[in-house]
Amino acid sequence: MATETLLPSASPVRFVAEDGTRADQHGGYGEPSRERLKEAYRLMVLGRRFDVQATALTKQGRLAVYPSSAGQEACQVAAALTLAKQDWLFPTYRDSVALIARGLKPGEVLTLLRGDAHCGYNPAETRVAPQCTPLATQTLHATGLAHAMQRRGEDGVALALIGDGATSEGDFHEALNFAAVFKAPVVFFVQNNRYAISVPFEKQSAAAALAYKGIGYGMRSEQVDGNDAVAVLSVLDDAVKHARDKNGPVLVEAHTYRIDAHTNADDATRYREADEVAKWREADPVTRLETYLKAQKTLSDNEIEQFRSDAEDFAQTVRDTLNAEPELDPLSLFDHVYAEPTRHLEAQRAALKAELEA
Amino acid sequence: MTTTMAQALNAAMRDALKDDDNVVVFGEDVGALGGVFRVTDGITADFGEDRCFDTPLAEAGIVGFAVGMAMGGFRPVVEMQFDAFAYPAFEQITSHVAKLRNRTRGALSLPMVIRIPYAGGIGGVEHHCDSSEAYYTHTPGLRVVTPGTAQDAYDLLRDAIDSPDPVVFLEPKCRYWSSEEVSFTRSGPAMDQAVVRRPGKDVTLIAYGPMVATALETAEAAKEEGWDVEVVDLRSLSPFDDETVTASVRRTGRAVVVHEAAGFGGYGAEVVARVTEQCFHQLHAPVLRVTGLDIPFPAPKLERHQLPDVDRILDTIARLQWADTPVVAGA
Ligand SMILES: Cc1ncc(C[n+]2csc(CCOP(=O)(O)OP(=O)(O)O)c2C)c(N)n1
Repeated sequence: MATETLLPSASPVRFVAEDGTRADQHGGYGEPSRERLKEAYRLMVLGRRFDVQATALTKQGRLAVYPSSAGQEACQVAAALTLAKQDWLFPTYRDSVALIARGLKPGEVLTLLRGDAHCGYNPAETRVAPQCTPLATQTLHATGLAHAMQRRGEDGVALALIGDGATSEGDFHEALNFAAVFKAPVVFFVQNNRYAISVPFEKQSAAAALAYKGIGYGMRSEQVDGNDAVAVLSVLDDAVKHARDKNGPVLVEAHTYRIDAHTNADDATRYREADEVAKWREADPVTRLETYLKAQKTLSDNEIEQFRSDAEDFAQTVRDTLNAEPELDPLSLFDHVYAEPTRHLEAQRAALKAELEA
Repeated sequence: MTTTMAQALNAAMRDALKDDDNVVVFGEDVGALGGVFRVTDGITADFGEDRCFDTPLAEAGIVGFAVGMAMGGFRPVVEMQFDAFAYPAFEQITSHVAKLRNRTRGALSLPMVIRIPYAGGIGGVEHHCDSSEAYYTHTPGLRVVTPGTAQDAYDLLRDAIDSPDPVVFLEPKCRYWSSEEVSFTRSGPAMDQAVVRRPGKDVTLIAYGPMVATALETAEAAKEEGWDVEVVDLRSLSPFDDETVTASVRRTGRAVVVHEAAGFGGYGAEVVARVTEQCFHQLHAPVLRVTGLDIPFPAPKLERHQLPDVDRILDTIARLQWADTPVVAGA
């Protein structure tokens, strides 16, 4: 493949400017259908409400921790919408909204962060890998699974979500290399939200853009305005199609911003200025898409009202789900460590059972 | 047929590849070269690049890729070139390979084998001689096995590939070239069972992997001292076969654990603890260990001081408080 075809656009792909008017940096990408954009908007409203609700629930002690993705809804929703049923999503701890957009229930998504179970859904059925905490490790799993699907003659694609900080980890580079060498149908989607906990992008990497990392591995790469849902959806659709059509992996970097702190436990004022946050609030992906779709007459005030009220109902479901304390069986701790429990674990289970009954 | 351990491993992979289309073998140099120890010799030529292939040079990559392939229905058998070069993959092994079944409450499993040539005795330079079993056995969710004989190399690797759980398969590289009669019928004991390699009445030597042959040699030499030594080969380090081990120690009343890895915080401490807990009243003496020194693996010209040998094991047996429980010499 000629090197030039691997290069990302000189500036991030963008369909909609910050004020919601049409922008023209979409270099050849087609605009997604109106219906698709409306669905993206609906899910972004839902996702924002979910995120606000989850953060609030940490204050009530209902969730142990929650890493907010407020400001990243365009990326979160597009990652889910772009995948077909048979495709796999490999999310991280921050990508709960992507899981909601993929159709998972809040109770399933939040078990990890609530502390009930490491994974609250069945990955084999939902085709969503467990939310990954060790940074960048999931990019290799996505690559291996994409390769497996390809070898089985299945039509699936794997999409791995990863943050800017995690692109410094060795596993990310090993994954890009493996993916390119094996021509695996995998899309690496970097949400560059400018910070890895407290470390700003400038201290993370000297690269002009993370999208440039792909070319050295022989991989097609692209960069996109991560707060422009139209652009993210368009670029990811194209990347997934590229991978599905057996043209190899794609690296997409979305330039976005984490509006809230790293998690509820983090104090972001220690490492960034209020005006920086204020500036990015202006670039809010939800209002941007709303303004755009309204101007295009794709979205009416009534529909907006409806979506918001649905999101309110959804928030109520989230609260109800989390307020109901599930019964956790301590003896289940010994389940699924091995296919068959070993004698040692049987003995330990018996000991714990006796302890519980004493 | 007389077969070396390396050939037995090769045969195990070939038979597994024949029996199950989902088995794939990959790693560094395993293709045309057949692996640096030739354990995968000729497999690519005979089964094609789809079944046995070279990967980029990256251990975390190999294991993490295998995780994804196993999630996608394959049964990867991956080779780490040498013990200490598996460390870049350590995170993948401990954080993902070991835990995926548990994290997903049984929805996903990772039937995969991570083959690691390990331990010294071949005059290798540093980073080629580590005994890393304690790292892996300390990780719940992994099975850890190590063959001491060519027959076990075949049997254990077949079982490991069939296992629904991920297996760390430690190959004692100093035994790769030792040969014996091997039957390819898989009639041996189950993967998680220890075996009594040599019966004896006076003391149990508990060994595994590279030390099985040394323990058997010691048992022969011990005859001269009047000690009838039983040798137990653990085969499976995790899970641990308490039953075979404790039955033996209850018969003999004495036990010595032998391994090449450093003793401090080592696998032998686990064995000693378990034996002591279960056989306290039958023991005539404390359970002792013969291990490598607590130092980084030494340079080749000094490695003989690191490796437990017959003399060191005999000296340790001599410390087992025979005076308090006299043995009829020469009986
Ligand atoms: C291997 C590893 N090292 C350190 C951590 C601790 N940690 C959790 S999140 C984080 C920052 C990640 O930043 P980035 O990749 O930019 O993703 P973001 O959180 O911004 O979405 C760190 C250092 C970890 N989870 N895994």
